[in-house]
Amino acid sequence: MKAHYPLVIIGAGPAGMAAAQTAAAQGVEVALFDDQPRPGGQIYRNLEASPLADPAQLGKDYVFGRLPIQRFRQSGAAYFPGSAVWYLDRECNLGILHDGVHRRLSADRLVIACGAQERPMPFPGWQLPGVMTAGAGQILLKSAALVPDEPPVLAGSGPLLLLLARQYLRAGVGIRAIIDTTPAGRLWPALRYLPRALAAGDYLLEGLQMVAAIRRARVPWYRQASDLRADGDERLAGLRFRTRGGLHEIETRLLLLHQGVIPALQAASAAGCDSEWNPRQQCWQVAVDCWGESSQNGIFVAGDGATIGGARAAALAGQLAGLQVAWQLGLLSQTRRDRLASPVRKARQRQLSLRPFLDSYYRLDEAALQPDDATLLCRCEEVSAAQIRAVAQLGCSGPNQARAFTRCGMGPCQGRFCGPGVEWILARQQTVGVDRIGHYNSRPPLQPVTLGQLAISEGEQR
Amino acid sequence: MFRLLGNDAPEFVEIELDAQRVSVPAGISLAAALLLLDALPTRRTPVGAGPRAPFCMMGACYECLVEIDGRVNQRACQVLISAGMRVRRQLASAVPEAEA
Repeated sequence: MKAHYPLVIIGAGPAGMAAAQTAAAQGVEVALFDDQPRPGGQIYRNLEASPLADPAQLGKDYVFGRLPIQRFRQSGAAYFPGSAVWYLDRECNLGILHDGVHRRLSADRLVIACGAQERPMPFPGWQLPGVMTAGAGQILLKSAALVPDEPPVLAGSGPLLLLLARQYLRAGVGIRAIIDTTPAGRLWPALRYLPRALAAGDYLLEGLQMVAAIRRARVPWYRQASDLRADGDERLAGLRFRTRGGLHEIETRLLLLHQGVIPALQAASAAGCDSEWNPRQQCWQVAVDCWGESSQNGIFVAGDGATIGGARAAALAGQLAGLQVAWQLGLLSQTRRDRLASPVRKARQRQLSLRPFLDSYYRLDEAALQPDDATLLCRCEEVSAAQIRAVAQLGCSGPNQARAFTRCGMGPCQGRFCGPGVEWILARQQTVGVDRIGHYNSRPPLQPVTLGQLAISEGEQR
Repeated sequence: MFRLLGNDAPEFVEIELDAQRVSVPAGISLAAALLLLDALPTRRTPVGAGPRAPFCMMGACYECLVEIDGRVNQRACQVLISAGMRVRRQLASAVPEAEA
């Protein structure tokens, strides 16, 4: 590992791999750091070493990743898996933990491709063992060939929930029930985006196939569900919820949650990149120009970490960032850059054409983020929704102040799983839009790092 | 709570969990192995001693913290199984002091 690289990329998902490959192809010396042992991000996770006899049973979007992974491997980019980026700043200085050793390095340009995380879905009991994210269910399937040993309950709203249901059904795992929290009346407003969505007709068709497969399997599908409550003492025992038909109770030891995905802002926020509210997707995202460059010159954010668009759109955003970096570093003429970028932009537009339909149909139900007072909003520091409402009544104006008052967001996850909940509660209490409330600012360390690790810095012996 | 999808017979290795020898598939994450063993909860919180277990499996939530080879607060979802690793669930209500 060198002390300086012209381009450093964080994240080996679709966007980071594509940025690396594109920039390296133009002669840029690239180093890519990723926390996983193998490239692919969450979407193509473990595809190179799948424990499944037939990875294609997870769907063609999963095995599609083989080519980008192979291209990235052959790109010549220096690749450092198993690395934690705990420090970065606006001057492109980085602090990295790799093989238990801390190293400092610098870059001329930085591409942050940290992807997305699931939007937290807080309700009473969501911290119980046995309640997990739908993404966790997928990761267990992709990386360890683990499936539930009894039919699980899937709850929430969004395409990933249906995709996971279909993947489980294909693997021969039954589904106890789908608790669909998508509110009523969503189809009609979404229909006006349908003509545009037809440009991505293959995705639409796949969605319909997922629904058909779930129907064929006769999975109980509770619609317009609300007021979820997980019960259990040492672990999950059951779930209660409400539909128009009344109160329901289901016994289950495994509950998988999904409520859409949101950009993982932490690294970009620590680097001082400006964020903006996306009213369609109801989340904060990083403000970037048409090449993915943020408000900080030389710092790019590509893929779902900038704005949610899915894996294929993320890879195309990575290509655009790679081209612009190559141009800025003088390795590519402007004419050639623009000629190479033109088909990439067109392909990205096509990939994004389904988003307005999905974003409208699965628009966040604001009531879902106003959980019961007893809900543990901050799982790390164990701060309840009631405590956040109390500080809001004292005049607390934003998440950063609420954090200082209550320790909410100060635990090891650094606010990743309480941030959105805090924002929506403060907005309701102050009767303003979430866009005026703001979000947690992140500062290094982005990951917990011990003084012992910092003491064993590069070049020093253990 | 979870089982292995019966595709291929994976290679198993032995690790030590709470001073007991257990056999788990090689090459999977420690968090996946703990779920396969149904070793829940995997920790108690330092604030209210509440039971917790792996939640996001992608390194973001820090719910799967365990002690590995004497080092506390390691994310089990980010660590692959290696033969002979000594794992302890952090089930005491207060987190022990880290060993140097």
